[in-house]
Amino acid sequence: MSDAISGGTLAVAHELPDRAGASRAGAGLIKLLSIKISSALVTLFFVLAFNFFLFRVLPADPARNLVRGSTLTAAQMAAINRTFGIGLPLPEQFWNYLIQTIHGNLGISFQYHIPVSQVIGAALWPTILLVGSSTVLSTIIGVQMGIRAGWNRGGGFDRISTAINNTLYAMPDFWLGMVLLIVFASKWALFPAGGMHSFGGGGTGWHGLVDLLWHLVLPASVLTLVYLAEYSLVMRSSLIDELGSDYLLTARAKGLRDTMVRRRHAVPNALLPSITLIMLNLGFVISGAITTETVFSWPGLGLASYNALNYPDYPVLEGAFLLFSAAVIAANLIADLLLTVLDPRVRQA
Amino acid sequence: MTAPTATTAGARRVGHSRGQALARFWVRYRKDRGGMTGLAVLLFMIVVALAAPLLASSRGLNPIFATYPANAGPGWHYPLGTDADGRSVLTELIWGSRISLLIGFAATLLSMVIGALIGIVAGHFGALNGWLGRQTDNLLMRITDWFLVVPFLPLAIVLARTLGPSLHVIIFVIGITSWPGTARIIRAQALAVEARPYLERARVLGAGHWHQMVKHVLPNVMPLLLANTILTVAGTILSETTLSFLGLGDPTRASWGEMLNAAFSSGVGTGNVFWLLAPGIAIIVVVMAFTLVGHALEAVLNPKLRER
Repeated sequence: MSDAISGGTLAVAHELPDRAGASRAGAGLIKLLSIKISSALVTLFFVLAFNFFLFRVLPADPARNLVRGSTLTAAQMAAINRTFGIGLPLPEQFWNYLIQTIHGNLGISFQYHIPVSQVIGAALWPTILLVGSSTVLSTIIGVQMGIRAGWNRGGGFDRISTAINNTLYAMPDFWLGMVLLIVFASKWALFPAGGMHSFGGGGTGWHGLVDLLWHLVLPASVLTLVYLAEYSLVMRSSLIDELGSDYLLTARAKGLRDTMVRRRHAVPNALLPSITLIMLNLGFVISGAITTETVFSWPGLGLASYNALNYPDYPVLEGAFLLFSAAVIAANLIADLLLTVLDPRVRQA
Repeated sequence: MTAPTATTAGARRVGHSRGQALARFWVRYRKDRGGMTGLAVLLFMIVVALAAPLLASSRGLNPIFATYPANAGPGWHYPLGTDADGRSVLTELIWGSRISLLIGFAATLLSMVIGALIGIVAGHFGALNGWLGRQTDNLLMRITDWFLVVPFLPLAIVLARTLGPSLHVIIFVIGITSWPGTARIIRAQALAVEARPYLERARVLGAGHWHQMVKHVLPNVMPLLLANTILTVAGTILSETTLSFLGLGDPTRASWGEMLNAAFSSGVGTGNVFWLLAPGIAIIVVVMAFTLVGHALEAVLNPKLRER
């Protein structure tokens, strides 16, 4: 999404081998893995701590938030505070919070009056569908574009694709969504304007699936377009980094055709930064999902956060933040482990 | 020759060479066509933002004084049409540039101060061979990693929601979430600077940590920091747009993001289409301009990149 931030993720990507090297010092792979997993757990713990203190300490009175609009006596308020364990010392409250969270109890939604875990559970799979499909599409298209542009640097395709990518990169995703909505849903009526199913459920079986995909086209296109730009630019520049390498000269000297040099030798080496970036980028795809789901009324976690934000429904907001963070921490860990497995330089450094 | 004259001559020589370096820099920068285009666009936008009171009366922003028909297409008095309250979209666009650029620059400033401070301190103490130094570096980098890993928008939403919508809050929230990339880049550069002999010399002569960091490390990471600043502004403007679109901006001071939020809330595709298109295109143009200038600066400062 934004350049500075992606610069940051790139910095991490480049530094991974370093850090792995430092922690290695004669230890085995097991030790390396356990260090990475425990550091992910520490990060998650700090997310929990942040969540606890921000929501429980800043908005001074959770009980008042819960019963907003109704008049209660001081005794009744005190009773509510007791049930929530608010009078307890802070460390004890934090401990209770940790135990409850581990058991999946995230509180009760202010707007729906059902457990937050149910609200999030219902919204989870639409988001996974949207983020998953657009990540797969943007990865495939972006990497292909980057390879083609980087291999013939300065050529016609490179210039056009770089111009398009730079424009997409500077574009707010929700704005692109609204423009597509006007053109394809309002003007031409090719695609539905929002939601996940037609009225009445959109049918069952095969018809239901087609209906679902039909609703998925526009929101998934938005996320795909916005993120393929970044993957393409990164793939292009990491391929260019490989262009002057000796091993490519060797491959050419052996008499390999240009396509073979590219496919067998250059691309596998240039692919590593892209793989890391795609995993690390999940945090930004989630940000994109929040606005895109809002524009297209896609009933996922993003729309749930938007509604919670405007209500304001703090327990749902808190739960969504926790889940998003956990997902990104997990993706980072997987990227880290994947890189260790894929790149011998990381393992042996 | 007496000592004072020698010093003045030296100072003059330093000043002279600095001027020369700047001239050399400009000669190289000028060759970058993208960078020059970006710079021209930015200067134009800044002039528009500064001259807003001369270009359009701020009375036109108040719905009470809006006398134009609502949701009208382009007309003589309102070249980009009007919004749902009957205000000229062009007037809103001109005044919105002030808020968008102000938030972009202010948030970037905050982010650069935090990023440079953490990067330099971590790099400086990390380069020392003590246990305490390494721990300081480790701790600062752990904090940086945490901010890098936690997803930006959910964190910003949670912060902005609990602190309440206002101009200051949005600047604070964007600034506090966008520094970790800078801190990492600056730390890496600071580590490289720390390894140079003149820092060893400064240490031997008894320079304190503060002196080393401010007089030796900071000037050396400055060019990189500048390029990074310009690139970060592009990011912070986009972040502001997103947060305002979600309703976390200051409704009394309409930015471009706030305009998009209003256009969205009044129903996409029902009103004047320029109400939606104009702020979006303005954002794209400004963000691209900052990106072009930032990349051009990077390319001039880092010759290894220039071949791309």
